[in-house]
Amino acid sequence: METLSLILQLAWTFFLVGAFTFGGGYAMLSLIQTQVVVAHQWLSESAFTDIVAISQMTPGPIGINTATYVGYSVLYEATGLQWMGVVGSAAATLALMLPSFIIVLAIVHFYTKFKDSSLFEGTMGWLRPTVVGLIAAAAVILVVRVAWAGCVPAFSVVRENFVDWKSWLLLGAAFAACYWGKINPILIILAGAVLGLLLY
Amino acid sequence: MEGKKVSLLQIFGVFAKIGAFTIGGGYAMIPIIQREMSKRGWISDEELPDIVALSQSAPGVMAVNISIFAGYRLRGVAGSIAATLGSVTPSFLIILAIAAFFSAFRDNPLVERAFRGIRPVVVALILVPMVNMAKKACTTWWKWLLAAAALVLVALLNVSPIYILLVVIVLGFSVSYYSGKWKR
Repeated sequence: METLSLILQLAWTFFLVGAFTFGGGYAMLSLIQTQVVVAHQWLSESAFTDIVAISQMTPGPIGINTATYVGYSVLYEATGLQWMGVVGSAAATLALMLPSFIIVLAIVHFYTKFKDSSLFEGTMGWLRPTVVGLIAAAAVILVVRVAWAGCVPAFSVVRENFVDWKSWLLLGAAFAACYWGKINPILIILAGAVLGLLLY
Repeated sequence: MEGKKVSLLQIFGVFAKIGAFTIGGGYAMIPIIQREMSKRGWISDEELPDIVALSQSAPGVMAVNISIFAGYRLRGVAGSIAATLGSVTPSFLIILAIAAFFSAFRDNPLVERAFRGIRPVVVALILVPMVNMAKKACTTWWKWLLAAAALVLVALLNVSPIYILLVVIVLGFSVSYYSGKWKR
């Protein structure tokens, strides 16, 4: 009974996280942290940090990875049963996706219906270049860190992603292979992993 | 989508492949989606920026939103469920395996070395679809300005993308509405 209420609380928490995070995985992490570590105290700060590190290192969206891992850990800690951990991770992951489902289906319905209207096309004409800028920002954030001292920005390279000069070569080679070489991105990622093992 | 019906199993399989190689977040998914879906004729190059823009306008995990959107375009609600389950299944299984068996995964030096090679590659793979989209979307000087403004606001000033999208939606809608009236 206690376990059931824990599962429901976990699902409800991740439902709220899914409904109220805008702007991707990293925005989601802080919300998960305040709920799981601070509000409910299901996990310690250090356990949560480990979970985030592993979620970043494994394939898949970071928000989903974190939800899966947190769901497993919370139920496993509470019951000591591995299969309950699996139940917890399924509950957290599905609950996280549920709000998106409802909202995106409404949007896609609207999109399908109005795709060819001139008003919609006009609005998208503004939205598409904006998305180009947002994607550029996502790439820049992985490369450069900005620290503000008053009104003066200070730039530094994100060392976790760009360890040394070889990293820049890898970036250039991957871009060339994908853009001009039209090589499958999956193969390029695998090549990056192999080169990482050989070079470092 | 017109023409031949795509099977749900096929949607699940393709999105599982996409999910397995999405490292670091939703944007890293775009080049793989573009490749896998345009190869099969599931999506046009014009449609991809729309999917990304509208998926970002909804809350939640962007990769999931993209899957729901793209899956729906293929086979309706059933398609969106198949795509979403497909894209999260690999990470779900990998994380479960790590949580249950390999708690030392993070400290494994081999994993860390492989990731030193992967991380810069991911940046390149985000840049490629951006360049392709820019060539199609930025047709006038003010559209380039819009892209640059979004870049500066997010990367330098830490503004959340959702506010930028909302403002642009309102602006774009009003301008299109009034210029449409004007012509009539």
